[in-house]
This record gives sequence, C-alpha cells and structure tokens, in this order.
Amino acid sequence: MSSQERPVTLEVNGDPVRVFVEARKTLADTLREDCGLTGTHLGCEQGVCGACTVLIDGDPVRSCLMFAVQAEGSEIRTIEGLESADGTLHPLQQSFWDHHGLQCGFCTPGFLMLAAGVLEKDPNADEETLREALSSNLCRCTGYQNILKSVLAAAEKLRS
Amino acid sequence: MLVGSAVPRTEDPPLIRGRGSFVADRATGAWAVRFVRSPVASGVIRSIEFPDGALVFTAADLEGLGDIRPMLHRGDYAPVAQPLLARDRVRFAGEPLAAVVARTAYEAEDLAEQVYVDIDVEDCVVDVVSAMADGAPKVHETDLGTNIAVDARVATPGVAEAFTSAAHVVEVQVGSDRQSAFPLETRGGLAEFDPRTGRVRLTTSTQAAHVVRTAICDVLGIPERDLQVIAPDVGGGFGQKYCLAREDAVVTWLARRLERRVAWIEDRLENFTSAFHSREHQYTLRAAFSADGIMQALDADIICNVGAYSCYPVTCAVEPLMAMAEMPGPYAVREYAARARAVLTNLCPIAPYRGVSRPVITLALERLMDTAARQLGVDPVELRLRNLIDDFPHTSPTGLVYDEASYREALRSAVEAVDLPSLRQRQAELRERGRFIGVGFSTFSERTGYGTSAFAARMMDVTLGYEDVELAMDPSGNVELRIGASPHGQGLATALGQIVADRLGIELAAVRVNHGDTDRDPFGWGSFASRGMVIAGGAASLAADMLAEQVSRVAAEMLEAVPEDIVLADGAATVAGTTVSVLISEVARTASHRRDLAGGVQGLAVRTTYDPAGTFSNACHVAVVEVDPDTGAVTIERFVVVEDAGLLVNPMIVDGQIHGGVCQGIANALYESLQYDDDGNLVTASLLDYLPPTIAELPHVEIHHLVTISDATLTGAKGVGEGGTIGAPAAVLNAISDALSPWGVDVNQMPATPSRIRSLIRGRHPERNNTR
Amino acid sequence: MKPASFDYVSASSIDQAVSVLSELGDEAKVIAGGQSLVAMMNFRLARPATLVDINRVPGLDVIDVGADSVAVGALVRHRRLELGGEVPGPLGDLLAEAGHHVGHLPIRTRGTFCGSIAHADPASEWCVLAALLDARMEATSTRGTRLIPAEEFFVTVFTTALEPDEILTAVHLPLLSENHHVGFAEFSRRAGDFAIVMAMTAIEVADGRITDARVALGGVAAQPTRSSAAEAVLVGRAPGAETFADAASAAAENVTPHGDVHGPAEYRVDLVRAMVRRSLTRALGEG
Ligand SMILES: Cc1cc2nc3c(=O)[nH]c(=O)nc-3n(C[C@H](O)[C@H](O)[C@H](O)COP(=O)(O)OP(=O)(O)OC[C@H]3O[C@@H](n4cnc5c(N)ncnc54)[C@H](O)[C@@H]3O)c2cc1C
Ligand code: FES
Ligand code: FES
Repeated sequence: MSSQERPVTLEVNGDPVRVFVEARKTLADTLREDCGLTGTHLGCEQGVCGACTVLIDGDPVRSCLMFAVQAEGSEIRTIEGLESADGTLHPLQQSFWDHHGLQCGFCTPGFLMLAAGVLEKDPNADEETLREALSSNLCRCTGYQNILKSVLAAAEKLRS
Repeated sequence: MLVGSAVPRTEDPPLIRGRGSFVADRATGAWAVRFVRSPVASGVIRSIEFPDGALVFTAADLEGLGDIRPMLHRGDYAPVAQPLLARDRVRFAGEPLAAVVARTAYEAEDLAEQVYVDIDVEDCVVDVVSAMADGAPKVHETDLGTNIAVDARVATPGVAEAFTSAAHVVEVQVGSDRQSAFPLETRGGLAEFDPRTGRVRLTTSTQAAHVVRTAICDVLGIPERDLQVIAPDVGGGFGQKYCLAREDAVVTWLARRLERRVAWIEDRLENFTSAFHSREHQYTLRAAFSADGIMQALDADIICNVGAYSCYPVTCAVEPLMAMAEMPGPYAVREYAARARAVLTNLCPIAPYRGVSRPVITLALERLMDTAARQLGVDPVELRLRNLIDDFPHTSPTGLVYDEASYREALRSAVEAVDLPSLRQRQAELRERGRFIGVGFSTFSERTGYGTSAFAARMMDVTLGYEDVELAMDPSGNVELRIGASPHGQGLATALGQIVADRLGIELAAVRVNHGDTDRDPFGWGSFASRGMVIAGGAASLAADMLAEQVSRVAAEMLEAVPEDIVLADGAATVAGTTVSVLISEVARTASHRRDLAGGVQGLAVRTTYDPAGTFSNACHVAVVEVDPDTGAVTIERFVVVEDAGLLVNPMIVDGQIHGGVCQGIANALYESLQYDDDGNLVTASLLDYLPPTIAELPHVEIHHLVTISDATLTGAKGVGEGGTIGAPAAVLNAISDALSPWGVDVNQMPATPSRIRSLIRGRHPERNNTR
Repeated sequence: MKPASFDYVSASSIDQAVSVLSELGDEAKVIAGGQSLVAMMNFRLARPATLVDINRVPGLDVIDVGADSVAVGALVRHRRLELGGEVPGPLGDLLAEAGHHVGHLPIRTRGTFCGSIAHADPASEWCVLAALLDARMEATSTRGTRLIPAEEFFVTVFTTALEPDEILTAVHLPLLSENHHVGFAEFSRRAGDFAIVMAMTAIEVADGRITDARVALGGVAAQPTRSSAAEAVLVGRAPGAETFADAASAAAENVTPHGDVHGPAEYRVDLVRAMVRRSLTRALGEG
C-alpha cells in the first residue's frame, strides 16, 4: 500500500493544473483541496446525490466516484468555470437565479453542471429528457419544480 | 414597492457561481477530526486502546466538563444527561466514543480504524412497546425510574360524558416511521483557536449560532465572550441542525486543547447513524360525533420513540407535548383529552424536523375525518366543513388562541381547483377498467411565529421566542440589518431586505442582511418553527420605521422642513408635495460627518425587538393518486395546495417554500424510513436504502393563495416554512386509502411503501394475486 | 468515507494488466467505470492493495458484431448500449431498453457493461440479460483466455467464477433473430435505483405458438436466475393474457427470495408475478 503522492496533470476550466496527490484521493477532494475549487460539493460519496457532478471531457460525471489519478490529462469543468471569463453568468446560472432554482444552494453546482453537460450534448432535449436527466441528482430544498423550470427556460434561451 | 413582488434573491449570486461558503469549504487545510462511534446499541465500555502518541481523545480526557442536560421544569419530565463522548456506557449505535485528529480526513479515517474499543454488549430496547414493558433494560437511570422521559396528560371536564352520549365513536391508529431530515449538506464544525486572544471561532453548519454558543460555553465552562460561533452558508437544516451537536462541543474543546485549527466534516454514513433522527410517532385517536356529524370530543394517545438522549435546548419532550397541545388542529372540538409520552430507546436521538409533530397530527386528524365520513355516511368534504373553525379568535381546549384564518374557504377552493365531481366520475370509470385512482384532502393549521409567551408555556430551561435586530445606515447610505435569526436557504435576507428597503425608500441592493455571527449579530434564536418572516420580519419592520424616523429628522433639518413632512422614496428624502429633496446618501453622510447639522440626531442606528404571541397559517392540500394494486406503487397525478399565509412579502420565495415542503411531506408519506434491526443497528444507512425522492417521483405542485390579514402579525405575513411538509402526508395517505376503498384497505402508517400497500391488499384479498 | 490507501497501476495493455494481476493475486483489483467499486472503497467495504486501471487499455471499447453473436468489450459503457444503433435486431432493442434503466445518466456515462457483470449484483440489468441469453464471459489471464457460461459465472452475490488474476475482456451475447420478441420490466422505488425485482423475457413465436421461451429474473436469489417453470408454461402455447398470467404464476411459485428493507419475501414474490407478466406483455402485446 502506498500513501505516496504522485503528480497529476489536469486541465481544469481551461487551465493546466499540476497537483501532487495520493492515488486514493478522489477527484472531488482534489478539486476542492488541491485546486481550491470548493464549489464542487460532497453530499454522499456514494454516487447517489450528484452534488459532486463535474464535466469530464464534456460528460457529467460523479467526481466522488473517480480518483484524481484517473483523470490525468482530462479536461475538467467545474461550476467555477461555468460563467464566462468576463464574469457573465451562463444562461443556466442566470435562469436558476431568475426562477428561484435554488434555496440553500448546496446541490446547485451539481445540477448546473449536470444540466450544462446534457444541454451541450443535446441542445434540443425535450422536457421529458431533461426531467429524466435531472433525476440523477438530489435536492432537498426546492422540490425540483423550479430547477426544472430554470433548466427549461435556459434551454430555450440557449437554442435562440 | 418591493414587498409583494417576486424579486430575485440577493443570496443567489455567490451560490450559483460556486462561491458559496459552506463549512467544509472553509475547512480545507484544517486538521481533520473523526469520531470513533459505537458499533453496538447498548453496552458497558471496558477499554479504548489506540496507538501510542496518536491524537486520540476519549471521555477520560474530558473529565470535569459538563454534560448536555436540557431541562424542562415539569414533574412529569425525567431529565437525562448526554456526555460529550460516551462515558462508561454506550446507548446507541453511532454514539461517539473517541475523537481522533490527523492531518487529513483520509488519515483520520486510517487512525480511527486503529482505535480498538472493548464493549460488554448488553440488551437493548429499540421499540416503544418493549421499552415500556416491565423489566425492560433501562436506557438511563432517571428520576421516573422507567424509559419514559415525559408522561403528560390533559383533559377537559366533559370528555367522558361526551363519549358516553355520542352517536358515533370513531377510532384511528396512525403513525410515522423514523425519518431523517436529510439536509444535503451534512453537519460539520471548524474550530479555530486564536493564540492572541485565546478565543475560539467555531464555524458550524447550524440553524442557531447563538444557541450553539450558549450550549457549548455551558458544557465547557467558559464565558461566552471566548467563543465566536459562525453559521456560514448552511446546506439545509430542516431541524437536524437546530439542536446542539455534541460533536461541535468536542471540536471546540479540541481547538482549545491543541491550540490548532481543527474540523469535523460529517460524512453521510455518520449523518444517518448519528445526526438527529425525527418523527417515529404512534397515535391512537378516538372521536365522539353527534348524529349530525359534529365532533363533540377527541381523545388522543401519543407515543414518541425519542431515542437515547434529549436534544438541547428543546428536549425530547417537545414532540409529544406539541402533539398534545395542538392536536385538535383546525377543528372546533370542545372536549379534549390526551396522554403524551416520550419513550427512551437505544436508538439515535430524535430532534424536531420541519413541522415537528404536525405532519403526524394532521395525518391523524385527516385520516380520522375520512374514516368518520365513511362510518357516518357523510361526504368527507362536508364532514370537514361542519367541523372546521370559523369563529375568530378561537380558543382551543388547550388554550391556544387561533387568529383569523380561512379554513373553510381553503377547503372549498381546493375542491373547486381539482373539480371534484369530474374526478369522482373519472375514478368510477377507471375502476371499471381495473385502475384505481383516489383523491385525498388535508386541511390543517400551521402555528407559526410564536414568541416568548408560547415558549414559556413549555417550561424549558431556555425560553426561546423573541427576535432582536439592529439596523444601521452607514455614511454612504447603505444599511445593514443584523438579525439573530439564522436562515439557510429560506431567502429571509431577501425578504427582510424588501421590507427594510421599502420603508427607507432605498434600493434592495442598499440593504445587507447579516446573520449567523455571534460577534456581530444580536442574540437570537435562529431559524425554526416558521418564525423568520413573522418575528424577524416584524422586528425588521419596526427597526426600519425607527431608522426612517431618524433619517427624516436629519433630512428635515437639512431641508428646513418638519420631519412629519419628509417622504422617503427612490433614494431621496423629499418634502411632501414639493420637489425639495435631498439624497438619502447625503442625509447619511450628514448624520455621520456633520453631526452639527444633523438636527440632534445621534447617529443612524437602531435596535429593537419583536416578540409576538403567534399566528396560524392554514392550507388545504389535495392529492390525486393512482395505486397499482399489483405492486403497491403509488403515482401522484396531481397535487394542489391552497395556502393562506397572509401577506406574501415575496411570492416566489413563498412558493419555493411550499414546493420544497410538499416534497418533504411526500417523502415522509411514501419513501423515507429509517429502520433498525432488533439489535439496534441501523439497516438503512445509505442512499441505496434510505430514499429521498428525485424529480422523477414528485408531482408538479399547483399553488393557489388566499390572503387573510390578521392583526396577530406586524407585517401581515404568516409563517409558511413548514406547511408543505405538514399537510402533504395526510393528503397522500387519504388519497391512497380512497383509491383502495374497493379493496377495503386503509393506509395509516407512513411511509406507505409499495410493500406495505401490497401486504394490506394481500391481507384482505389473499386469493387475488393480480388484477391485470 | 475516504478510501484506504492503495497502489495504482494504469495499464496500457491487457498483457500488462494481467501480468500485474497474476503477480498480486487477490491483493489487486481491476477498476473499470468505478461506479460500484469506488463507492465500496469510500465505505471501506473494498480495500484493494492495488488498483489496476484498464481505462487506458486500447481496444477494449469495442462492440464486435459477428454473424450470430456480439462481443461487448470491457470498456463499453452503459450509455453506449442505451443509445443503441450498433447491435442489430431485438438484442439491440433489449440492450437499449435495459440500459436505460441502469442507474442515472452520469453513472451510465462511466459504468461499463462488463464491470456490471464482473460485479455480479443479482439485481443488475446486465447480469439478468447475461442469464437470459446464456452469455459467455471471456476471461483473460496470463494463462490465456477462456469462455465461462453464465450458468457457471454467477456464483453468488458479488462473486463470480473469475479468478483473481483474470480480466473479463468481453461478454459474448447471441444475436436474436427477428422472430424473437423481447420484453423487460423492473420495479424500483425511485428512478435509477437498483430494481427490487426485474424480469426479462425473450420469446420466439412461430405460427401463433411460442416455440422458444426464455425468462430471467433479477433480485430474487443470490444470482440472476432463469425461471424454467415459466419457460415450461410458455412453450407450445399461444401468446395471450392467460398464458402470460400462468407463466407469471409459475415463476412466482418457484422463487424463494429473501426479504430486506424494501419488503418481505412475499413482496418480492408478488413483484415476480407482476414483472413477469408485464415483460411478457411488453414483448408480445396482449396477444
Ligand atoms: C447511484 C448508482 C446507481 C446504480 N444503479 C444501477 C442499476 O440500476 N443497475 C445496475 O446494474 N447498476 C447500477 N449501478 C452500478 C453501475 O452500473 C456500475 O457501473 C456497475 O455495477 C459496475 O461497472 P463499473 O464499470 O463501474 O465497474 P467497477 O466499479 O470499476 O468495478 C466493479 C467490480 O467489478 C470488477 N471489474 C470491473 N471490470 C472488470 C473487468 N473487466 N474484469 C474483471 N473485473 C472487473 C472490479 O474489480 C470490481 O470488483 C449504480 C451505481 C450507482 C453509483
Ligand atoms: S457526493 Fe458524489 S454523488 Fe453524492
Ligand atoms: S437547494 Fe438545498 S439541496 Fe437543493
């Protein structure tokens, strides 16, 4: 067994990042602790809640179920990279704000990254598809109604 | 006017950018604390061994510190003490036995595995029946000498007589399994020792920073000035984060002892085994009805399994006592008797969860109404209408005063909203084809915004209730409102900002609401019991009026007018009926920097308090469900809420509270159950077995508002935080029972899981395996 | 919930992966999608001394369609099967339909078909599918490659006939002719959860009679199982509501499941009846 740290090179939100981590360190913990990106949250560490969702090479993935060493060379996008470089909110972020898609905000980064990943792959996703995709993550505050509303409105905006 | 409009929340920008600041976000780099927890429900601790030199602390290290011993000053309450770490014996599986400290959470977990605990396992009690049996193992040695922590009774004089002379007596037994409030963010505390001052700053995921400070200072025996408690962004609480976490006290102690920065970030497994659970109530309700369907008397037997300890500050008696005090709900019954018991067991302790006892109270009353309607041959809506309170103020048999509300109107609107006659027709048609839909109503009151007088009646050591606020305008004309409430997702900062901004004639952006910092904010009781808007909102409106008066006086001096003529609007102070005005920012500057010109006003800062008796919101929920008799699965087709929460300061936020509340109510009704085996091990300690619903399981919630403005609140707003959770379960279980009426099945236990529904059907119809 | 320490090897070829495994034996574990293994490691229910990551092994992400069978390689993710378009005929339909029910989108994006089979959860869609179709598992080690039939492969919960030094390099499934009708029904409490009970059926009909019937069940025993009782009822009869009900009853009468937190044993029996009937109805319509 080894608790030895090893170098890992990632591309996080467009920037190359080199960290030294133990093999056992999850990607989620690495993003939070070694990259200082604490917007990715941990709600269960067993793959169910989705609070830790990030995009890896464009796909929404549970960062609690992956080790940082496995992400070597991957392109990772986190909530911190969702807004534009000039700070303009992504339409999904704006829409969550406009439509009260969050209450405590703990699940929000995960839902935003999930929705961003789905809509980038399938901009024409219909309500049923989006609903189903959103069933991947848990929210305890909102009852999901305004999350769905926010995502539908953002999808509309992204298409136009 | 900002009040009344759906302005987007001021809380949101950092949260949607990933710049929220939850306790774990602030704790990166701190030494990690991990608790070694009891693997058994009951036993005597023989020894705890660990590697030499490791940072491992046990009860032995904490000698001399106090226990957590919440008090209720009533003879029928047996106080119990909770040590910070289990001492001598363990009382539930998951109880902390030792705290280990290491550089990272990974290493702390490695170290925790090297702590060997030798426990002589003893018999445990997990359910109330065995806990109350003669000779049952005792969870604590208490003054009452049993496992009963509270055994309270009330009765009006005519109860027995009313039952004797009743035309009909109706009985129901209802219950709720154990549930977890399941905030998506687990608990956690970061304690930082400041070597310069000797103070500790505890950043903890709590709903009540000041309450935590008092509790920890009491057990550690330190003055409150030596501890600063901060509630940062909190990822949901719903009650689980209201009562003191013993772990927070240990973390604070560790920071002082080690003079370091240490953090405990609870993991989900611990959150299931060791963070406060909720519910686990069983009630038997009997009602005496006259021939014309008027409820003459109600008798309630209330039993709550409260687990191994009493929660600070509200105590484990809060749930049975609330059920006893509020049981008649929205119904105008005159004669009432109740017995309420809190039973100690070797399970994780219980603390109030959104709605406290009210979801079960409402379930009991509303199942009673439907059962009575069937027994009496009266339409269930009609039976409710005959019994709902309609004379205000109404005084209940336990002395609660109900302010004006719209119980009957809410029910009538709900019936209309779902178009009941056509639903009934569709139900009949579908039944012909072997499909079973049902409709269920739930009419209820939500007692909100009650202050010191209401809490004093509970006779707790600590009487919660009032809210203090401070409001100050800085020289640039921005204001800061400091409150003792501790919101965590409810949008209170936005809503209070709306109230304050309107009254001062400034923009919402000019108002900052500060909360959750004991160094900065006035003492307050935190966020719980749907009180934020009513009490902190009332206090904020008073403070804003007081500050507006100061601003007007300064402005009057500057404009050579009288204060009464000054109108504050659009960022300016204007002499009424003229165009003579000055910017509020200039007024603010003058008040601070040119006191000589400020008309004797000594600074723009006020402090005030609000402490109302309370108010009742009300609502009617309707669920339309389809039940699949083959699998027992329930699908909610439609869910309608007619809510009366008085004035809606921010309708968008109110609706959000209802959506979330209903979702948790449905979770209680259908999905969530914490189950233990006979040895007191939690067998649902992961999200594969404990099932918070996803969007796929939840209906669209359709909301209609009624607005009754009562004089019980200053702003006209009534509380709305818990209503969704309170009303939804009864509507769902009534709807299921209605759907299954051809099968003769009544569903009275939450959650109504598919397997439970199937067993009820199977029990009634062993020969019928399948309908389709 | 942080995993214990381990050594990590990212294999660049099958040869490398199997030689590490042969050296370390059961101290080492393969990681594919990690969607079951990492969760278990976070709970410290699994604590391999070495993880052999096969995600960068070239050539494993192939779906190889042959004349009468298809080989699904070790890095084929659930999502790819769900999206379909590669496997022809009723088998492709069944893969898409069942694949859609495996966990949630992010889980399906990473989790692998072979990983599910190697994990051997008796309520897994892919394990039931393997039982249904008598899949053959291609196990590769330094000792060579062997094919293990489904019947022998699933030993018990989370336990397979794979030796510690073997990698499941592919799973071979027979293609189904157009005469086959496939059906799938599962019952879970929430979207994306493992099923409590699942039924999968593949029925061949000729001249209005059932000529071949396969019925597989998940969640009723320690392995995915075939219901020979239901199959026996079906063969020779005309498809229709009554036939399906009889098959469902036969299936239900011949299972002896265990109860758990989601319900007692009888409940699973009820679900077997309902799911078998539904999967048959979905396969063949009401008749
Ligand atoms: C929230 C959630 C919900 C889920 N729901 C479902 C569901 O409904 N249905 C379902 O079927 N699954 C479900 N899963 C599990 C998921 O499908 C996993 O992807 C699958 O079980 C394992 O595949 P994997 O590639 O992730 O394997 P890993 O997790 O990497 O490995 C699992 C096990 O198989 C071994 N292994 C993996 N690949 C190989 C190989 N090629 N050769 C030898 N051994 C190997 C590993 O050593 C390990 O023991 C769920 C998972 C989560 C987190
Ligand atoms: S923390 Fe990763 S899914 Fe919950
Ligand atoms: S907003 Fe609190 S968990 Fe979703």
